[in-house]
Amino acid sequence: MEATSNDTPPLVQVENLSRRYGDTLAVDQVSFTLQKGEVLGFLGPNGAGKSSSMQMITGNLAPTTGQITINGFDMIDQPIQAKSCIGYLPENPPVYRDLTVDEFLTYCSRLHRIPSADIHSALDAAKQHCGLEDVGKRLIGNLSKGFQQRVGIAQAIIHQPPLVILDEPTVGLDPIQVREIRKLIQSLGKDRSVILSTHILPEVQATCDRVQIIRKGALIYSASIDELNQQGQANNLTVAFKTPPGLQELSDLTGVNNITEIDHLRFNIQFENENFAESLVQQAVAKNWGLFELIPQTTSLEEIFVELTTSETGDQEIQENAA
Amino acid sequence: MIWTIARREITSMFLSPLAWVILAVIQAILGWMFLAQIENFFILQPQLIELENAPGVTDIIVAPIFSLAAIILLMIMPLLTMRTLAEEKKNKTINLLFSAPISITQLVLGKYVGLLFFVLILTSMLMLMPLSLLVGTDLDLGKLFSIYIGMILLLGSFAAIGLYLSSLTDSQTIAAVSTFGALLMLWIIEWRTEQTLFHYLSLLAHHQPLLEGQFSSVDISYFLLIILLFCGLTIRQLDGDRLQH
Repeated sequence: MEATSNDTPPLVQVENLSRRYGDTLAVDQVSFTLQKGEVLGFLGPNGAGKSSSMQMITGNLAPTTGQITINGFDMIDQPIQAKSCIGYLPENPPVYRDLTVDEFLTYCSRLHRIPSADIHSALDAAKQHCGLEDVGKRLIGNLSKGFQQRVGIAQAIIHQPPLVILDEPTVGLDPIQVREIRKLIQSLGKDRSVILSTHILPEVQATCDRVQIIRKGALIYSASIDELNQQGQANNLTVAFKTPPGLQELSDLTGVNNITEIDHLRFNIQFENENFAESLVQQAVAKNWGLFELIPQTTSLEEIFVELTTSETGDQEIQENAA
Repeated sequence: MIWTIARREITSMFLSPLAWVILAVIQAILGWMFLAQIENFFILQPQLIELENAPGVTDIIVAPIFSLAAIILLMIMPLLTMRTLAEEKKNKTINLLFSAPISITQLVLGKYVGLLFFVLILTSMLMLMPLSLLVGTDLDLGKLFSIYIGMILLLGSFAAIGLYLSSLTDSQTIAAVSTFGALLMLWIIEWRTEQTLFHYLSLLAHHQPLLEGQFSSVDISYFLLIILLFCGLTIRQLDGDRLQH
């Protein structure tokens, strides 16, 4: 993470953002900031309020309460200035199927007030960035889903906005396309801020600097990826032996805190000694246990996510916050 | 910015066959009608000579054609206006416009100007038929101008009403049916009633004088008010869309 010094104002400032649909509270008092050059992953299960939040930040949906400031411009009071700082890819790429890629992107650059003289170069740059050079003359309706998604992304970056917001950009793509889109997101993150909304966890780990988890409309977790990785390095191993020693023998090893038997060959060992794995292997060789598996268990983002979004304690926290 | 959206609107109309088909069908029907009226005029001619202050070519041939054109277009305009906003909502492309740095007013006016441009093309093409008579006879050009302006104002009102009803729904069919219903209602509202209010609301009552060459500011204001009102309502509706989903 960089550029988090206190004297630069944040690019995005969201304060107490709430949104009601009738009786349901879709987004509940969400507040966060985003610095220039940061890639923020917005995680949550389906229906948690991700898209609503994105729609409010981009000015597509008015918040019930709360304030959104983009680059110093208030989204409600100065929508035009605020919107010109944003490139937005909604859940469904907003593309006109009856236009060619070039026609569509030209229209978008006009909508974003790019001067006529610069449209051509902006078009080339965006197409190159998104790998669309060869399909410029083709109708968007005839392109595959992956290419339509890319056209959607090209539309979001054509005016070089300081902030790009992508709402589930890899949904419905094949694994190769997913990888390409991720690469694209990473390259976007080099020179601008990105908010990535998704429920796909590896995507966040692969591309983001910071993670926020939203659940039932409320933010329940926020950490940088570095913190997350540190947290994840738990002292926990899964081992398997062909001729396993007894539980007692294993627990007598130095540094072992707890052992659970997974099946008659596999064990899960929690330990506190830093060199535990090394000494375990030496022991195993010396005593001929036939070690054939040794897997360090890290708490992945997935576990944190599942824990936070399904646990009862999460529920209580939310209720406490609401009260 | 308005022009950018208007241009996109016109392109999309002419990219689909719809606009072409509408132009062709109307031109064909009214062309036939035009020939029939000319035929009619030749039959009437001997009697007309005997009359004092007899109606001229413009009254006998041109006015009835545009009167018929108004009724045909009342049925056809909803098909053009139905897609303007309903389609964008359905395909979610409206998000592109909502997140672009443009105001809702610019968006709505852009859409409206696009429709108006089509109306201009259509009316001008219809106008070519009577103008061709200039080769063989004199026409009352003042009256012709009044008919032309009347037609544009009437179709402009149709377009504004259609645009508004298209902003209410994301189904094109519902937009078309409700627009047709609203236009027809505004057309027949004066039938079998003596109430001046209903007469004042009727599109027909304000269009008829213009067909006869009476260029009155009351009728012109009526059409301009309808256009302003429904464009304003559309802006309000789209603004409200963001608030209420």
